[in-house]
Amino acid sequence: MLEIKNLHVKLEDEEKQILKGVDLKVEAGKVHAIMGPNGSGKSTLSYVLSGRDGYEVTEGSAELEGEDILDLEPEERAAAGMFLAFQYPVEIPGVGNMTFLRTAVNAQRKARGEEELSASDFLKIIRAKAKTLKIDADMLKRPVNVGFSGGEKKRNEILQMAMLEPKLCILDETDSGLDVDAMKLVAEGVNALRDEGRGFLVITHYQRLLDHIKPDVVHILAGGRIVKTGGPELALEVENNGYAGILAEEA
Amino acid sequence: MALPEVKQSATEARLSALTLPESGCLKAARQAALSRVQTMGLPSRRDEYWKYTKPDTLVQAEALKAAVFAADETPMFNAFDRLNIVFVDGVFDAEASDDLALEGVAIDRIEDICCKDIHWAKDLYGVLEARGQTPVERPLAALNTAFATDGVAIRVTGKVSKPINFTYVHSDENSDAILHHVIRVENGAEVTVLENGPAASRFNKCMEIDIADGGKLHLVRAQGRDHERRAATHLFARLGTESVFKSFTLTVNGVLTRNEAVIELTGDDAVAHIAGACVGDGDFHHDDTVFVTHDAVNCESRQVFKKVLRNGATGVFQGKILVKEGAQKTDGYQISQSLLLDGDSQFLAKPELEIYADDVACSHGSTSGAIDEEGLFYLRSRGVPHAEATDLMTLAFLAEAVEEIEDPEIAADIVSRLEGWLARRR
Repeated sequence: MLEIKNLHVKLEDEEKQILKGVDLKVEAGKVHAIMGPNGSGKSTLSYVLSGRDGYEVTEGSAELEGEDILDLEPEERAAAGMFLAFQYPVEIPGVGNMTFLRTAVNAQRKARGEEELSASDFLKIIRAKAKTLKIDADMLKRPVNVGFSGGEKKRNEILQMAMLEPKLCILDETDSGLDVDAMKLVAEGVNALRDEGRGFLVITHYQRLLDHIKPDVVHILAGGRIVKTGGPELALEVENNGYAGILAEEA
Repeated sequence: MALPEVKQSATEARLSALTLPESGCLKAARQAALSRVQTMGLPSRRDEYWKYTKPDTLVQAEALKAAVFAADETPMFNAFDRLNIVFVDGVFDAEASDDLALEGVAIDRIEDICCKDIHWAKDLYGVLEARGQTPVERPLAALNTAFATDGVAIRVTGKVSKPINFTYVHSDENSDAILHHVIRVENGAEVTVLENGPAASRFNKCMEIDIADGGKLHLVRAQGRDHERRAATHLFARLGTESVFKSFTLTVNGVLTRNEAVIELTGDDAVAHIAGACVGDGDFHHDDTVFVTHDAVNCESRQVFKKVLRNGATGVFQGKILVKEGAQKTDGYQISQSLLLDGDSQFLAKPELEIYADDVACSHGSTSGAIDEEGLFYLRSRGVPHAEATDLMTLAFLAEAVEEIEDPEIAADIVSRLEGWLARRR
């Protein structure tokens, strides 16, 4: 599904190397978790994969289903099946949440040569999906993320994911700012989307999210490289010993 | 005091190209306006009030040629049940217009004011314009009062069931139109007025609106899509106790537009909202000049102006709130913002507050900026293409001004015109 080889990334405006040779392979149907201390490059990895400005790839490649995505525009990556659930979802005053979602869904369908959804079909689908995420009609009508609580913003990300049905989902610290109940709700939303055709890359500081979204593989990212890979037990090890312990062990 | 020579000769050149219309009972008003023009002189680039907008082409004797634009879309407000009044190149077109009879309103041409002895109109023509000359001179409005060749007098006495719509057709590329309307809204009466179209190659329009106690007037205008047209418009409104005046102006295209609004709140608890949205590309200069005077207690005024500029377009906003002594509990708000879609366009803003009462709430803000990159990336990361995402953000930027329109159907018509502009331009 996703294959990253020897990825080196620096900031565009300054001589600061963030990723220093990341190798990673996410298979369809699998959930990979990336954990790591602050500043290890976790968010950079998610932004580079989704096409945000400000980063320069100096070496290496990233392919989604065999297609190199690093030269694609963000919208082309989205149409190819890439989705990033933002750590800090952006507020867009004046753009209705529903309008935004319908525009996005239809733009992707158009880019893939599929027929656009009619207003009534769209409404039917979104209502059903919103309900399972406990997103009410009012939240759909309001401007995108404006005045949403932390939990509402994250649920709104998952709703977008559910509507867009991407092939690869990257969740960037989706647990940040969530209380236990909200985290459960979000995790249920994510778990409902798990299937054999879809890959997940879950980026998190803490093990607790992984109690709810059970990973198949756990990677530790530190200093711009993946320093250790293991099963779910690796996340528990982080929880018990901290990153320092693992890093010392690897050094 | 004598005028500077350049101004004197420019004014004389313009006046010599015009003839004072024969107008019986309005003769005194027209002559008084003419002498105001002669005293003030027409605007020149040296004038402080015209610092950001070159008045030359609005002032010179001959109007510049402007190609007639063949629109490929249904004219705005066409779908509404309305009373339509048509002017072609500034001349009333009786055949194209609807029957002017409608319950709750009396509509007459200004040339009939004298023969029909319409007192209220005689007493209003040129009066608000003359009041609006202090503290800032508006010579093009006085020129209009003196030389207007057509226009209507509308007296609203009840709650009018449908909007009165002005359609201004531009058909002659050398047309130079001067129109003057007077509107009187009587106690408790209500009306919606719509205006649509470029009117002429050069258009000087003046509208004087007098709203009595408890009256309401909603004005929505769209200034036409002709690229080469030029316009100088003045809106003078005087508001009585508990009256409401709301206006919204949409400007897409046009090389030069100067819209002045001069609002006087003279009765307690009156409300005035003046809003505008403009989108301009390339050879486009748009100027909103607004002067709101609070001269009564507990009145509210709002100014909301949004401009989207690209490809070297220029936007100007000069807005003032004057709160006179004794105008306590005034609630004044003013916002002017521009969205610059590239580095070539510019927005020039001069917001002003002048307050002589001590128990008031007035705020003003002016911003100028590029599109929010974070928001743009967010939309694109969901698959919305760059151009479409920019359009969505642009419409969102204009929304605060468009929301000033109360009628959702009229607002929808305005939004679709904006969408059309966005779609064509990319």
